[in-house]
Amino acid sequence: MTLAVRLRSAVSLLGRFPALAGVDLDVAEGEVVLVQGANGAGKTTLLRACAGLAAFASGEAEVLGHDLRRDRKAVRRRIGLLGHATFLYDDLTVADNLRFAARAAGASAASADEAMTALGLDGRLREVAVAKLSAGQRRRAAVAVIVARRPDLWLLDEPHAGLDAAGRDLLDALVRGAATRGATVVLASHELDRAAAIASRTVTMAGGQVIGGLLARPAPTMEPVHVA
Amino acid sequence: MWRDAALVAGKDLRVEARSRVAINQVVPFALLVLVVFAFALDSDRDTLTRVGPGLFWVTVLFSGLLAIQRSFVIEASDDARDALRLSGLDGAGIFLGKALAVAVQLVALEAVLTVGVVVLYNVRLHDPLLLVLTALATTVGLAAAGTVYGIIAAGLRVRDTLLPLLVLPVLAPALLASARACEAALTGAPGDGWPWVRLLFVFATIYVTFGVVAFGPLLEEA
Repeated sequence: MTLAVRLRSAVSLLGRFPALAGVDLDVAEGEVVLVQGANGAGKTTLLRACAGLAAFASGEAEVLGHDLRRDRKAVRRRIGLLGHATFLYDDLTVADNLRFAARAAGASAASADEAMTALGLDGRLREVAVAKLSAGQRRRAAVAVIVARRPDLWLLDEPHAGLDAAGRDLLDALVRGAATRGATVVLASHELDRAAAIASRTVTMAGGQVIGGLLARPAPTMEPVHVA
Repeated sequence: MWRDAALVAGKDLRVEARSRVAINQVVPFALLVLVVFAFALDSDRDTLTRVGPGLFWVTVLFSGLLAIQRSFVIEASDDARDALRLSGLDGAGIFLGKALAVAVQLVALEAVLTVGVVVLYNVRLHDPLLLVLTALATTVGLAAAGTVYGIIAAGLRVRDTLLPLLVLPVLAPALLASARACEAALTGAPGDGWPWVRLLFVFATIYVTFGVVAFGPLLEEA
């Protein structure tokens, strides 16, 4: 079994505060793992650290075969992170944002067009500045950036927040589709029923540590959305 | 690196083209500064003509600061700076791209201000080669140094007020050199201007090199 994420006694500091205080976690390639826990448990820091945005101060941390203690930049091109912010440029159109993100990740401009279609950002919406979109549309655009980048590891922080029912169903299908194609997904969510339905495993965090997890189980079947 | 630079420069210029901040705010501000100086010194036309080069570059510097600040404000909204880190783009490429975008805006600004100086200050342009090389070296140096200090200030809450405090002392030698070089060109003594142009190219080379090497680590810390 190849591991996409392997953490051992991993510590990450926010200033002097250990937001991750010795995390042990294995995530196999192709798994969809739900990380649950109360506010301040360290879920967001875990995702940011796995994305190479927050440094590991001690312990072992390997993501997609890269040792993040040595180099946390090399892995970034293979990661898609959906955070609380959308990471979009307000003044650029949806199409501009997606094409920039796709080309920066080494993907083609065509993948940006396909991602917009997959997320329902069709027609006129493509040429609308992100600042003029509704919160839900901005969230869809942020998800579309991840789809366009075609990452090997999806890190999703409260992915259902701000999406309408159709958007949530679409996101769930995209996550399943990505896992079917071999990508690994780690998502943090407070909407446990919704997120657990797409996860093959759930781990629990508290006080900056992983304190418990459920055994792997197959994800419920649902027709995935395929992005060519 | 060059591909990344072109990508970032294209993105930044597209942001400016769509937001029109440079056209609607920076250029009018720059012209306003020229007009204010013209009103203040109008009673002495000779003085205005003599100090024209210095006023021109002071105006470029102040307006350029707005363009540099703007270059990093767009990365601060909605955590776009994290997106830039996650993009996998080369740090040197990001630096060159952002500096190039600022430089393009400065060149456009200088073109507009040149017309303003000729009209308002009654300045006659001589020795175009010296003037063009002075403008080129100053623009590259200003854009490179501004981009370096822009990323240093970017992660701080007081970035808007800190950036001018950091940048203005650093750019003072370049301002002096460019004013002297232009003065030499306009007074018909180009021989006096070339040493200043060489100094400007040294200044630009130092900051471009420093930015290429240091921007990546600075972006990580911002």
